[in-house]
Amino acid sequence: MAPSRTALYDEHVAAGGRMVEFAGYELPVQYSSLGEEHTAVRTRAGLFDVSHMGEIFVRGPGAFDFIQLVSCNDHSKMTVGRAQYTGIMYPEATFVDDTLVHKIADDEYLLVVNAANRAKDAAYLSALADGREGVEVVDESDGWAQLALQGPRAADILQPLVDTDLTQLKYYRFVFAPACGRRALIARTGYTGEDGFELYCAPDAAPELWRAILAAGRPGGLLPAGLGARDTLRFEAGMSLYGHEIDHTTTPLEAGLGWIVKLDSKGDFIGRDILVGQRDEGVERRLVGFEMVDRGIARHGYPVFLQADAGEPVGHVTSGTQSPTLGKALGMAYLPVASAEPGAELFVDIRNRRAAARVVPLPFYSRPRT
Amino acid sequence: MNVPGDLKYGRTHEWAREEGDLVVVGITHYAQDQLGEVVYVELPEVGNGAAAGDELGTLESVKAVSEFNSPVGGEVVEVNERLEEEPNLVNEDPYGDGWLVKISGTVEGEDLLDAAEYTAMIEAEGA
Repeated sequence: MAPSRTALYDEHVAAGGRMVEFAGYELPVQYSSLGEEHTAVRTRAGLFDVSHMGEIFVRGPGAFDFIQLVSCNDHSKMTVGRAQYTGIMYPEATFVDDTLVHKIADDEYLLVVNAANRAKDAAYLSALADGREGVEVVDESDGWAQLALQGPRAADILQPLVDTDLTQLKYYRFVFAPACGRRALIARTGYTGEDGFELYCAPDAAPELWRAILAAGRPGGLLPAGLGARDTLRFEAGMSLYGHEIDHTTTPLEAGLGWIVKLDSKGDFIGRDILVGQRDEGVERRLVGFEMVDRGIARHGYPVFLQADAGEPVGHVTSGTQSPTLGKALGMAYLPVASAEPGAELFVDIRNRRAAARVVPLPFYSRPRT
Repeated sequence: MNVPGDLKYGRTHEWAREEGDLVVVGITHYAQDQLGEVVYVELPEVGNGAAAGDELGTLESVKAVSEFNSPVGGEVVEVNERLEEEPNLVNEDPYGDGWLVKISGTVEGEDLLDAAEYTAMIEAEGA
């Protein structure tokens, strides 16, 4: 099947984007330079086309109970206009997907999901909703474009273009407000570890908004940024990527996402019994960050060992790269809990050479808080 | 894309330049552009033998890992040790300071492309 194009395809080509296929879409992996785009987001601002992300709506008087059933987090404290991160759970307490839940109304929630999982998520949720009273699951992904404006200067760049006071929009909140005169959902969320916004609008409104943000931001050093920088930014911030740190075989407690698991406040949900067991008895393996001691870069899928010259692999690298911000070769991997404390030694098989590495705390990078 | 006329080219995007009894090897401007900013270079041991087409080492950008192959048969007599600290030389000066290895051998008789043939090949790839 030919890959889809987002509403911003022509903008990417005009900006010199190197287009690749990702999750069924043609998207730019970079424009001029991954490193410069990465640094722009850390120090100034970057603009991403993330229209490939899926938008699934859950509506009806039963919507809240349904979200509570499929999610490991507790959404009962959410007020309208809040977003909350969670996992959609299989009965084994492993991830169908990770998602940002947006409460639009008491009877309407928006789930922003990974592009690669969109069809699977919609099918899973629809099957669960079938036969339940008062809940409807609708995949409206094709009706939405999404732009991510990220970086310390994001608010200053965006403010003149939107009819809402961004100083009143706190982290993980959203509003519906005009952006360049067109209806948009403006959320103070992101996937880079920086302050910033995710803007959802109709596809035909996206090119003008894209160009307006670029024009407003260029004098302050904003760059359009591709999927390559999106990955290195989220990686440094210790954020999980489905298919890497989390998938249908990993639970949120193993993935270091205990903060999205609410076992006692919300009643039963899919996978809860497994998670209670893991809480009470402890997990056998845990996601860790590591930095290379020997030369070399650990990459996704490379086997991980506890000894330099013997033994079986205990896991594999979930993500790894040379960190543009920190200038170090870093990675994440699942390790047995006994070997998962900071300072513990591990070895990564890099093309048949076991290179030493050391467990370090996650995240690798946290933005300076003012 | 910069494709110097006096070099020979391998189909996997290496260049080869004869200097006396040696062949200097690097990757092309097109190859470094495709790879992106090189952050790590793994070079072979001096003294290793290689047949034309054998993998000599790897180049890594933030995003990807790419092998490079020997365009000629011979023995590795020198590697560019500056790349350990300055791997970005491969991007900044791919035909000069960003060279990778020197091999005792000759381009004569090897199945290599000239600049026009190599240019045609990368244009067919979309360069």
